[in-house]
Amino acid sequence: MRWIEKLPGHASMLRLLPAIIIAGVTGSIAGAQAPPAPAAPTPRFVVVLDAAHGGDDGGGRFGDQLEKSLTLAMSVKLRSLLAARAIPVVTTRESDANIDLDRRAEIANHANAQACLSLHATESGAGIHLFVSSLAPAPASRLMAWKTAQGAHVTRSLALAGVLNSAFAHAGMNVTLGRTSLPAVDSMTCPAIAIEIAPEFSASHAKGASADDAGYQARVADAIAAALLEWRTEANQP
Amino acid sequence: MSRRFQTIIFVTLLLASVAMSVVLWQLRERAHQRLLAGQDSAPTQAPAVAASEQATLLVANDSYNSLLTQIQSLPLPQDPGARARAVLGKLLDVYAAPGAQHPVPGGGTSIAAVFLLPAISSTQAGADSTARAAGSPGNQLAVVNLTGAFVASHPSGIETEMLTVLSICGTLHANLPTVTQVRFLVDGMPRATLAGHADLTRIYLAADAVPTEGVHP
Repeated sequence: MRWIEKLPGHASMLRLLPAIIIAGVTGSIAGAQAPPAPAAPTPRFVVVLDAAHGGDDGGGRFGDQLEKSLTLAMSVKLRSLLAARAIPVVTTRESDANIDLDRRAEIANHANAQACLSLHATESGAGIHLFVSSLAPAPASRLMAWKTAQGAHVTRSLALAGVLNSAFAHAGMNVTLGRTSLPAVDSMTCPAIAIEIAPEFSASHAKGASADDAGYQARVADAIAAALLEWRTEANQP
Repeated sequence: MSRRFQTIIFVTLLLASVAMSVVLWQLRERAHQRLLAGQDSAPTQAPAVAASEQATLLVANDSYNSLLTQIQSLPLPQDPGARARAVLGKLLDVYAAPGAQHPVPGGGTSIAAVFLLPAISSTQAGADSTARAAGSPGNQLAVVNLTGAFVASHPSGIETEMLTVLSICGTLHANLPTVTQVRFLVDGMPRATLAGHADLTRIYLAADAVPTEGVHP
C-alpha cells in the first residue's frame, strides 16, 4: 500500500487497467462492426433574442410604459413563435434585469447562433428600423478585437437584414434600413441586426398603431418569425 | 411733572427727525454721485458684431429618417472653434423650436464647447479602421462637448440618436471642411451612449454624414 501511495500515477494506472482493457476490446469490436463515418452534422440553427435595456436602464418612455418592458414582451412573444416552429432560442434576459452590454454579446457568442436580434422600440420615426453594424467587412480570424468582432459577420448581417426587410415589406410595413454603431451588436460574432419598432404610419402618413400596441407587436413578431424561417432555409442550403 | 416729561420727549423726537433727515440727504447725494460715476464708465462704442454669413445645416427629419440641407444666415465669428460652436448652436436651436421635425429640447446652449485638434493618425486610431482613413495631415478632429442637460432630455431611440449625431457631424464638415473626425464628450467626460443607444465612445467620420440632397443614416 505504501508503494502505491508513493506512486499515485502508477496506482491510477493499475486501478484503471481493467477499464482500459475493456474499452479497448469494446472499441475494437465496435471498430470492426462500425459503418462508414457519416457526414458532419448540419450546425444547429439557433436564434439569440436580446431584449434591450432592463433593470434601472428603462430606455425610452411610452406614456406610462418603458422601452425595457416592450422589448421583453416582444422577446417572449417571439420566443414562443420560434419555439412553435422548432427553432431553438437563447435569450439575453427573461426578467427585468440590467444586463451589461458586453455580457449580452458574450451570451450571443457562446450560443454560436445563426441570427442575433437586438430588440428596441421608440416613439420617434415611423415603421420598422433595421440597423446593421457600421463596421467595415473584415476577414474572420481566430483572434478578433472585441469591439469590432462583428466586422467578420457584417456581410451575413446585411443578408439577414435583406431577408427581414422582405418579410416586413410582405407584411405591409414601412421599413428603414441603416448602419449604426451599437456596442453590443459590434461585439457579436453572428449575423446580428438591431430591430427598432417605431409607431406604424399608414400610407397617408397618418399616425397608426404605437409601438406599445399589442396587435402591432404581434404582427411584427409574425413577420420576424417568417423571416427567420426563410433565413433557416437559406442557412441549410449547401 | 408730566408736562415737563412730554416736552423732553417732544424735543428728543424732533432732534432725531432732523438728524435722520440729514443722514438721508447725505445718502441721496452719495447715490447720485455713484450714478454719475457709472455713466462716465459706460461704453461709448457698440461692441463689434460679426458679419452675417451663410451656414449650411444638415437638419434631421424624423418623418423621413433623413438629413436635409438647410441654408441659414447668421453671424459667425472668425475663430474656427467659436464658429463651429455657433453653427451647432443654430442647429440645436432648430431642433428646440416648436414644430421641429426632429424635436430635441435644449437649444444652442446645449453645446458647451467645440475643440478643434489635429486629426488622429493611423497609429493612434488603433483598431478603428474608419478613423484611420480620415487621419491625414491637415485634417482636424472636432471634440464636441455637450451639456448633461441636453443628453438627459434627448429622446431615446437608435434612429433619433443617430440622426442627432450624424447631423452634428455633417454640419461641422459642411462648414469646416477640414473637420474629418468628430468625438463627443458630455460635461467634459466620456459617455457610453447619447440616450441609451448611439455610441459616444467612438470617433465618427464627419464626411460620412454629408448628403447631396438627403441621406438615410
